[in-house]
Amino acid sequence: MSNEYHTLSKDGLWENNPALVQLLGLCPLLAVSGTVTNALGLGIATLLVLVGSNITVSLVRNFVPNEIRIPVFVIVIATFVTLVELTMNAFTYGLYMALGIFIPLIVTNCAIIGRAEAYASKNNWYKAGFDGLMMGLGFAAVLIALGAMRELIGQGTLFDGAELLLGEWASSLRVQLIEFDYPLLIAILPPGAFIGLGFLIAGKNWLDARKREKLAKAPVEKAQRARVTHVS
Amino acid sequence: MSFYIASSPHHHQRRTTAKLMQLVLFAMLPGFLAQLYFFGWGVVFQLSLAITVALAAESLCLIARDRAPSSGLQDNTAIVTAALLAVSIPPLAPWWVIVIGTLFSIVVVKHLFGGVGHNIFNPAMAGYVLLLISFPVQMTAWMPPTGFATNAPSFIDSLYLFLFQFTSEGFSLEQMRRIDTGSMLDAVVMATPLDHLKTQLGQGATLSEALQHPQFIGFAGAGWQWVNLGYLLGGLLLLQQRVIQWHIPVAMLGALSVCAILGSIFAPDYLPGLNIHLFSGATMFAAFFIATDPVSAATSSKGKLIYAALIGVLIYVIRSYGGYPDAVAFAVLLANLCVPVIDQYTRPVTYGHNKEAG
Repeated sequence: MSNEYHTLSKDGLWENNPALVQLLGLCPLLAVSGTVTNALGLGIATLLVLVGSNITVSLVRNFVPNEIRIPVFVIVIATFVTLVELTMNAFTYGLYMALGIFIPLIVTNCAIIGRAEAYASKNNWYKAGFDGLMMGLGFAAVLIALGAMRELIGQGTLFDGAELLLGEWASSLRVQLIEFDYPLLIAILPPGAFIGLGFLIAGKNWLDARKREKLAKAPVEKAQRARVTHVS
Repeated sequence: MSFYIASSPHHHQRRTTAKLMQLVLFAMLPGFLAQLYFFGWGVVFQLSLAITVALAAESLCLIARDRAPSSGLQDNTAIVTAALLAVSIPPLAPWWVIVIGTLFSIVVVKHLFGGVGHNIFNPAMAGYVLLLISFPVQMTAWMPPTGFATNAPSFIDSLYLFLFQFTSEGFSLEQMRRIDTGSMLDAVVMATPLDHLKTQLGQGATLSEALQHPQFIGFAGAGWQWVNLGYLLGGLLLLQQRVIQWHIPVAMLGALSVCAILGSIFAPDYLPGLNIHLFSGATMFAAFFIATDPVSAATSSKGKLIYAALIGVLIYVIRSYGGYPDAVAFAVLLANLCVPVIDQYTRPVTYGHNKEAG
């Protein structure tokens, strides 16, 4: 049993990471990862929706006819997105304004409906909830990594505007790591998001390849028959 | 005696990549000299630093990819990329601008995509776009051409500006760019012809009003017309030496001309004419040196025509309606993106096969 939770967490965080491997939910990922604060805000929102929708979908999975399961999933997800949206509107208004359309757009995040369809609709609620938690954490981790990378290169800061998310005390979290006279603006502009995500994916693949190389003990080369005659 | 039968092709390409690249560099000379004359010593510093950085980056990338550095360095492609980028940016831009641009061109655009012959995008233009988007102030700070510059910096001052962004007497580039107009506004910064037209037309002036500016002597703006003629001359040399084929320059300039003529017919007051489009900005440089990059351009003859015409149209559209005064880099990158599709649909049919069967 614990083995299965282990697999679920490993899948969500690394092996089958929604952003780096499945490449799902790229629209919000690319659009709002300009700063760590925005990334963190959207990451938490997505995480909450993912856990909530996974648990709910799992609970109703036996009552929903197969033919109409997708509309039902969408309504469930939309409900949770509305909850999160109203909560953010009430408690983190600045961030709510900064993220703008991308909060309602969580409904269309394929990572969420993907988990509902692929996992939650086939497993019981606590496993589905755990899967949602791990997938959400994996997605949020990539968002934050990308946000940190872009903010650092584009502004030289980290946690700029954290007070929007965490309240007034958090304005002291802002750290100016590098003072640029002329920051590399492209990093916080849309092209920087694509280039940055490319580097993150390449980095993950490189780490995986290095791990595989270490594991594989010099495989034996087998002679292969190759057809050299004409194939009509 | 053995009877030796070689398979086709029987006529071999005698010129190596290195030789071709040398010819390209040589053909850049007229345009380069015109730039040197009209915009001062900066272009020499840009070129030297760009080539140094490009060769260093190329070696490091090849070592990181487990290849012999000598193999890649001998083909001169890194030098050409560096040279194309170096002449594209303002000559007195600070040194770190060209360093960042060259590193991005060589490391990210060229080697991360697989090195020589595998890059989808033109490395020099991708580097240029990165710089233009990131450092808009430095990337638009062109000195007024010789004859207009009141404070043309000396060799030493150019070097000071390049390295420290201030002359030996402590003037910034912004101050050096000011020209004395003799009117009550005695110090104004002069923009490039395309930049000037974009600003003036954007403020509601008509074309003839915008062309009143004293820099529009000759046919397309002081300095720039000669730089363009220089690159045209170099380009014709490349054609004559058969380094490039006629398809790309002709299609690109043709498409740009058709658009410019139509624009002049339908909106003569608001759209710059043919002379400005052909001989100002980077048009000739793009037609012969940028768009003809054999790696990132389309391959078949028909494909080249479509690809280059697309660049011409895009240059016109972005120049006339976009936010930036010149558009070569954006147009070339967008057309690079279309190359796989163009190649797919313009694949030549093998002799004896009909089109449907492929």
